[in-house]
Amino acid sequence: MNRSTVIDAHNVSKVYNPDTIPVYAVNNVHLHLERGEFTALVGPSGSGKTTLLNLIGGLDRPDSGEIIINGVDITKLSDNQLIDFRLHNIGFVFQSFNLIPVLTAKENVEMIMHLQRLSKGDRDTRVGQLFDEIQLSDKLNSRPSELSGGQQQRVAVARALASKPQFVLADEPTANLDTKSAFNLLDIMLKLNQEENITFLFSTHDQRVIERARRVITLVDGKIASDTAPVNVATTT
Amino acid sequence: MWLVRLAWLNLWRNKNRTLISMAAVFFAVVLSTVLTALSDGAFDNMVKNVVSYYTGYIQIHRQGYWDDQTLENTILNTQPLQDSIYSAPGVIELAPRLESFSLAASGDVTRGVLVVGTDPEKENLATGLKSKLTQGKYLDSQSNEVLLCEGLAKRLNLNVGDTILLIGQGYHGATAAGKYAVSGLIHYGAPDLNDRMLFMSLNEAQHLYSAEGLITTYVLLLDQSEELNETASLLRKLLSSRYEVMTWEEIMPELKQHIDTDTGNSKIFLGFLYVLVAMGIFGTMLMMMIERSYELGMLLAIGMKKYKMIILLVSESILTVMVSCLIGMICSIPLVYYLNIHPIRLTGELEKTYERFGFEAILPTSTEAEHFIWQAIVVFCIGLFLSFYPVWRVIRLDPVTSMKR
Ligand SMILES: Nc1ncnc2c1ncn2[C@@H]1O[C@H](COP(=O)(O)OP(=O)(O)OP(=O)(O)O)[C@@H](O)[C@H]1O
Ligand SMILES: [Mg+2]
Repeated sequence: MNRSTVIDAHNVSKVYNPDTIPVYAVNNVHLHLERGEFTALVGPSGSGKTTLLNLIGGLDRPDSGEIIINGVDITKLSDNQLIDFRLHNIGFVFQSFNLIPVLTAKENVEMIMHLQRLSKGDRDTRVGQLFDEIQLSDKLNSRPSELSGGQQQRVAVARALASKPQFVLADEPTANLDTKSAFNLLDIMLKLNQEENITFLFSTHDQRVIERARRVITLVDGKIASDTAPVNVATTT
Repeated sequence: MWLVRLAWLNLWRNKNRTLISMAAVFFAVVLSTVLTALSDGAFDNMVKNVVSYYTGYIQIHRQGYWDDQTLENTILNTQPLQDSIYSAPGVIELAPRLESFSLAASGDVTRGVLVVGTDPEKENLATGLKSKLTQGKYLDSQSNEVLLCEGLAKRLNLNVGDTILLIGQGYHGATAAGKYAVSGLIHYGAPDLNDRMLFMSLNEAQHLYSAEGLITTYVLLLDQSEELNETASLLRKLLSSRYEVMTWEEIMPELKQHIDTDTGNSKIFLGFLYVLVAMGIFGTMLMMMIERSYELGMLLAIGMKKYKMIILLVSESILTVMVSCLIGMICSIPLVYYLNIHPIRLTGELEKTYERFGFEAILPTSTEAEHFIWQAIVVFCIGLFLSFYPVWRVIRLDPVTSMKR
């Protein structure tokens, strides 16, 4: 496997309400992620998982520190540059409501490639591949409301991958799913990780998900409390 | 373009909201079109009335004539004077008149009459006198026959072909007396005029009053009533201060006042209407932005540039507003035409005022194409202007805060 750095974050801090009662949502975090990792970010509620993911994803700006993605310090980019950077380098899967309700599954995934100005031929090939991978080739023309929660999340993964990003960030992707759907989503993510060498960084509360991660980073009060492989590494399918 | 397609799809995601916006715009276009068509139609109708009324658009007299209407306040009817009046832009016709009072007798009945000596052809062009003929034949500048108003004829028991005697005082105190055959009867709606007017040719009147070459009044026909005051002030500059130039608004101030209140009221109403529509549209936009802020935040997060979101939202409002403006425009056409053919009848004070001047108390709509187009454009612009609100929200959009729930 081709090992190379995709995320290199140093001394990253984010403080809320600095003037009144400061909350160190992310407190002096160092994070290094290699291509092909499948890493879970865990920790109690309020420990800063979402905040850290937002910082790494370029959705939010840190108060200090630098975040280097693929050699670019994204804290130095302008808002507009950041939007483009996200489009081309980072895939996002949110907890829920990932999809535009008026578009079909296929159109939701295609949208990213429209934004990247890919030709119709390229889009169609890629959509075909992606829906194969998420095992939803029969739901191409369904609206989000016609899909189950798990299916919607799988489409969201396909959309995140549509732009061929450096890595995929997922904030509690399984939080709203039942066990079966959660496992199913995880299987697909793992398969993509193993077969396509896609890098995933996701936050979760879910023990079932944590067990499958290769690496688990635990945040407590905005600080990295531990950074280890889980004790019982799950044997993947 | 896929963005426009997405905009189109978004219109149908909340049908009620879209329908509310569209209904607001639709009714605004229809109401404002009907309103302006009514108020412009009323104005046009009034002008038409005035033109065919005795007064004409503009009158020119000797300075002081209006306050002291005697034969001592006459002007010399000369070609150079007429030429300089014609030279004012907007003046298309003028009729010279010699107007004076006289006593009319028939059998043992006598009545005071207003004798109007005029050029038959020009009078017809300027005030449409011929169209008011109800019996007999029109004036002829060569003959010495006269036209009587119906009310006056009735009071004097006269008919076409009968003879009328006139006795009065001419220029510089000369005696004015004559005997004339009645060639026709005319009708004025206003009793004021209908009961006391008599028309004869200008030559005949000048002869009767020993006022050769003299007239009291020029009655002017203009081609554009909008330029009434401009033309009047131009004439004032053109002519010396020996002449007084009066517009119909100055001759009939109360009529002018009624028209002004009328158009003023409709402007205020129109303003309210615009504000109401604006509020309606704004309300739905507010709802929409609240509902979609998460989604817009997500689009921004996954890499959609803000200008594309602005294109998306503006296309949505343009589609809504444009479609409903068009439908409103199309629907107001038959409505306005209906009200043109079946005009609204005035009642109360307004009806009385209209009738005092002999005008029919109706409000026909103006069917000029510009109303339909203009009102649709105005409402469209309001909608377009309001879509700056979503634009402003997008400019300030932040993915983290808008996706927080
Ligand atoms: N906009 C904000 N203003 C003030 N404080 C904030 C804001 N956003 C987050 N915080 C605080 O920052 C800390 C970290 O929040 P964060 O959402 O990152 O936690 P989390 O680990 O994702 O929690 P959860 O597991 O519940 O999602 C919390 O104490 C939270 O109260
Ligand atoms: Mg969180």
